[in-house]
Amino acid sequence: MKQGYSPADYTAVQAARTFLALHIPQHDTERFLNVLNTLFSTGEVTELVALYAALPLFPHPELLKERAAEGIRTSMTVVFDAVALNNPYPADFLENDAWNQMVLKAVFLERPLYKIYGLDKRANKELAKMLSDFAHERWAASRYVTPELWRSVGPFLDERLIRDIEYILERGSDLEKQAAALAVKSSNFLKGRELLFSIPELKASIENNEFDWHTVAQKWSER
Amino acid sequence: MLFIDPHVHMVSRTTDDYEAMAAAGVVAIIEPSFWQGQPRTEAGTFKDYFSSLIGWERFRASQFGIKHYCTIGLNSKEANNEALAEQVIELLPLFATKEGVVAIGEIGYDDQTKAEDKYFRIQLELAKELNLPVQIHTPHRDKKRGTTRSMDVCIEHGLKPSMVIIDHNNEETVREVLDRGFWSAFTIYPKTKMGNERMVEVVKRFGHERIMVDSSADWGVSDPLAVPKTANLMLQRGISPESVRLTCYQNALTAYGQSGQMKESDWLNPQGVDQTQLFSGNSVLRGQNPLVQKKEGGIIE
Repeated sequence: MKQGYSPADYTAVQAARTFLALHIPQHDTERFLNVLNTLFSTGEVTELVALYAALPLFPHPELLKERAAEGIRTSMTVVFDAVALNNPYPADFLENDAWNQMVLKAVFLERPLYKIYGLDKRANKELAKMLSDFAHERWAASRYVTPELWRSVGPFLDERLIRDIEYILERGSDLEKQAAALAVKSSNFLKGRELLFSIPELKASIENNEFDWHTVAQKWSER
Repeated sequence: MLFIDPHVHMVSRTTDDYEAMAAAGVVAIIEPSFWQGQPRTEAGTFKDYFSSLIGWERFRASQFGIKHYCTIGLNSKEANNEALAEQVIELLPLFATKEGVVAIGEIGYDDQTKAEDKYFRIQLELAKELNLPVQIHTPHRDKKRGTTRSMDVCIEHGLKPSMVIIDHNNEETVREVLDRGFWSAFTIYPKTKMGNERMVEVVKRFGHERIMVDSSADWGVSDPLAVPKTANLMLQRGISPESVRLTCYQNALTAYGQSGQMKESDWLNPQGVDQTQLFSGNSVLRGQNPLVQKKEGGIIE
């Protein structure tokens, strides 16, 4: 079974659709892609969910990148989830630009980021900057932003991005401070460590593993 | 009280309408395939339109807790472009068997031309083949003759009247439609179609059997709350709650439920079909709930 692919949660209908999709004749690549394309372009909501979730199973995955990107552009949240969450295809095959758009959109749509397979593996500097900019936009509008976002920023902390951490440690909620602490923990940037040490209770609780990205995400969704 | 609007063109309606419908108790709607206000010229626009009925519009409705079903078909007006009509007929089987497609429709006559007649008949055969109900749009001009003719042609093609919903009825057409065993739908639409006071009289005269009410709210000045408003008026004017339940909910469910694609449990006990059911926090069975802004006052957050 492909790592990251999780059909355990499938309903019977989705399993049946996946099964049928896997029986599209695969030997003639062009024909296979045409059939797949027709299915995608005429698909009903739950059919689209099944097809996008099945992306990791199809042959010629390099040829399906545009299709995956199209799925990410959808306005139907359930379809977006099928591509972005619990699906190894994006992490394994999407170029950085498309990956970054997916993560940013997941933040925008308030999807649970911890369900994005390969989130840590695919973190990159460009994405860190985009996420930081998005947070600034939200703060300027006096709107909230998910603390999960800092997970992809942490590994790339630098002189500029550390100011976001400072901001949160000063004014953020307890949950946001936990996220900031986790971000610092994933970073080699010394200034981050210093900031964390300046808040003993936070430093202690992170050293005792009292929280992680999963608990932060859970608490955020329950608020 | 729960309501079904079995004929409403939501592609032309805003989220304000969805909010109002949901608040008024509309739990399920049927959106017919129709024309878009000006004639289409390419088959591709039909394909994408059908796609949006089973995709985006269905999802959009779900954000407001409303179950969205649709009918698939080539409408009478656009059947007059024969070259285009031929291509659209080829597309229908791709969509007619999708989940949530409850009938072939809305088909029938507009001007009662030969082309309209040709494609009406072809689609009746398709409905028979797929064992789907048929939703009939009766003409707004020369309605009485067009309605009779629609029913004649259905019988000629061997359709069971109980599988056919004749829509846009009025005082002149209802008797024959009921006598011949068809379902009789009434469109409560200001100025040009039925009014709800008249509807009250129709139900008082003809009863509630095989009668249903819809809004056909579309891109014109129309009211997506026509069904709940008509129900309220009926109650006020002394029609029994049971008759209201039948005409504003149950009969639509019974008629279109014959497709096997529409069941009361869809909205009373929604099954967890979505993977999102497994994610904590977000509205589970209905997709993302948009933040509903307060409408009073000038503040938009």
